[in-house]
Amino acid sequence: MATRVDVSVTRGGAARRVVDHTLLRHLAIAVAAGVVLWLITLSLGSFDNIQLATMGYYFVAVAGLTVLTGLNGQISLGHGALMAIGAYTTVKLQSGPGWPLALILVVAVIVTALAGIAAGAAAARLRGPYLAGATLALAVGLPSLADKFPKFLGASNGITVPPPTVPSSLGATFPLERWQAWITILGGLATYVLLANLVRSRVGRSLRAVRDDEIAAELCGLHVPRTQVLAFVISAACAGLAGGLFVVVNNLAAPGSFPLSLSVAVLTGVILGGLGSLMGAVWGAALIVLIPTWSDDLSKAMNLSQNVQANLSIAIYGLVLIGVMLAAPRGLQGLIERIVGLGRGLRANQQRSRGPQRPGKEEKSEP
Amino acid sequence: MRLFTRPLGAACLVAALVIGVAACGSSGGGGGGSSAPGVTKTSVTVGGHFPLTGPAAPGYSEIPRAIDAYFRFINAAGGINGRKLKIIARDDGYNPTNTVKVTRQLTLQDKIFAMLNGLGTPTHTKVVDFLNASKVPDLFVASGCLCWDEPSKHPETFGWQTDYLVEGKILGQYIAQHFKGKKVAYFTQNDDFGQDGAKGFDQYLKSQVVTRQTYEPGDTNIGPQMAKIKASGADVIAMMTIPAYTALVELAGLKLGFHPQIAVSNVGGDPTTLAGLLKAFSKGKAGASLIDGIITAGYLPPTGEASNSWVKLFKKIHAKYIPKLPFDGNVEYGMAVGYTFAQALQKAGKSPTRQSIVSAVEGGLQPGPGLVPFRFGKDSHAGYTGVQIGKIKNGTIVLEGQPMTTDDGSGAIKPYTKSQAAAPANGIPAGT
Repeated sequence: MATRVDVSVTRGGAARRVVDHTLLRHLAIAVAAGVVLWLITLSLGSFDNIQLATMGYYFVAVAGLTVLTGLNGQISLGHGALMAIGAYTTVKLQSGPGWPLALILVVAVIVTALAGIAAGAAAARLRGPYLAGATLALAVGLPSLADKFPKFLGASNGITVPPPTVPSSLGATFPLERWQAWITILGGLATYVLLANLVRSRVGRSLRAVRDDEIAAELCGLHVPRTQVLAFVISAACAGLAGGLFVVVNNLAAPGSFPLSLSVAVLTGVILGGLGSLMGAVWGAALIVLIPTWSDDLSKAMNLSQNVQANLSIAIYGLVLIGVMLAAPRGLQGLIERIVGLGRGLRANQQRSRGPQRPGKEEKSEP
Repeated sequence: MRLFTRPLGAACLVAALVIGVAACGSSGGGGGGSSAPGVTKTSVTVGGHFPLTGPAAPGYSEIPRAIDAYFRFINAAGGINGRKLKIIARDDGYNPTNTVKVTRQLTLQDKIFAMLNGLGTPTHTKVVDFLNASKVPDLFVASGCLCWDEPSKHPETFGWQTDYLVEGKILGQYIAQHFKGKKVAYFTQNDDFGQDGAKGFDQYLKSQVVTRQTYEPGDTNIGPQMAKIKASGADVIAMMTIPAYTALVELAGLKLGFHPQIAVSNVGGDPTTLAGLLKAFSKGKAGASLIDGIITAGYLPPTGEASNSWVKLFKKIHAKYIPKLPFDGNVEYGMAVGYTFAQALQKAGKSPTRQSIVSAVEGGLQPGPGLVPFRFGKDSHAGYTGVQIGKIKNGTIVLEGQPMTTDDGSGAIKPYTKSQAAAPANGIPAGT
């Protein structure tokens, strides 16, 4: 490790400061990712931009859940319902006072976070399967609230809103889908920066402490239930933003859009990508959007009868999930880390085996 | 747990992006030099969203296969103006989010010429604005919602089947005439399907109603509603239900020893579907005889009417292309939609454009297999405008009286006397 620091010192202090400073580093990564994504959206067609935008809101939801489950050890099968809260808040505000979209999204986050306090307070008292069951009830029950308030929430038909308006400064021919992709990318990057900093802060450390051993955490002076509620609120806020961005992409909120399978898909994204890893959330979001599209195309290409075709794509989805879980039990991010780690280990081994034969400068530079 | 390792993180981001791009390699469609997207010298491709999986799939998933079968049949006879018809059916699982996704996929990636028979009210209402803004003809939506008939707001969208209000009116009048002074209970689905239908009932049955019960689709416990209907002493239940709930009402009646006359909308009155559901729900205990005597309504000839030239034609196509499916109302529905589209495309001219097919439909279409005429015109995008009442007997519907037509207002119900034209032997609409 020491050699690497030496190099960066010789390269100059500024770069090193950015790399070592948590906030600056995450900002730099976000800006770099933003530029690359911006270039990608320019090259993509309309449908592919929508796919990218869909990945964007799924990333926000998956990232929120990975903090809750991966870093705090609480499971939630109810994130689809929390997304519904964010989505319904967004459509109600969009068809209401004519606020700017950014403000509406912030309000959607706040409203969902408040709902997260209620859900989190209940969740903090529950463990394991009971927690899963309680959040499951949320996912199943909440969307049908729309049927109870048909005037306000639009019953089973839901509410439709017009798509976001593309700023006229971008030109008249600017594709709407690219604009929608930009909005969700911005939301995704903001989520990344906030969460990446949060998990490296004191809050992140206390989340992990509570996850690893509640009694030990309490002995250290941490308020365990409060930490658990906090984790739930952070996670709910992300789900709220995901719900708001969902409306930006799909321009609707309807009970049928938030079935239990949505909650399961978000959790699937967490597991596939790698529990507790923000990079994993990127993988997870990409996979839960792309696998169904791919498997659908694949089963269509196989030219089977329509009935088989429709169900085959679900079967392929399932097989891919099983395959990934077998090949990479710690998710894709875990797999990548293992491969990279393997590479590093090999290099280290080579150095060590060369070491005794050539005792010299290299040996001395190791601390 | 390390959340992020620096060089690795950057590498991953880049890799993720590369995957994203690679994943998005789209399959372009459409042919060069053609008159419209989805139209080539030899083919016309349309698309639709249907529940091919999930709870709404049984029954409804047959519709796109029937459309496809009809298309293949007329393609074998040369197609329309030398072009073969093709439908891309994409699965939305009856989830509006997926409807939005697959509709974009169909229009932006598959480059379909027109949307055909997109299925469902909660689903299709979410893409109507998009389709109209993109100027994609949105033909013959598979739902009886009144909302497709808004030519000034949605010039590209056209309904097809008789809407629920018209159906409710005609069923309501029949009940009022044949069950004078009897007590009537409503049992309707708690959405626009049930509400529009109940509005139609109300025009004729208001004074006879003793109770109005509703159900939420998905909630299969209808015990409380049935107990209230029994307590009200109703002689007739007027229902706007999907087949599963028609069957549940029958079974609940059996349990309660309560056998009122049932009158149900076309959607929930297909004998083949009902018999299958009853058998499944009761684990084989309840037979098809339970549905005998149900009053229902239809705008297409009953599937059991073997002498009808359209039923004969559809049966022939069914036996040739989709013999594994039951020959039920859904299959007939799909084929009738296929015929209607073929007719519109033919009218749209030798080199059809999106504009010309919309004008063709607005110019009016022949009812084809329909028992009643279409209302298509410049100011109306509504489809079939009436129904004929029938009773289920020995697993098929036996029609009564004449087909009736009416409007969505308080207009009178009038008999339709023009007789049905015979089906063309090769399935291709006669030239216009």
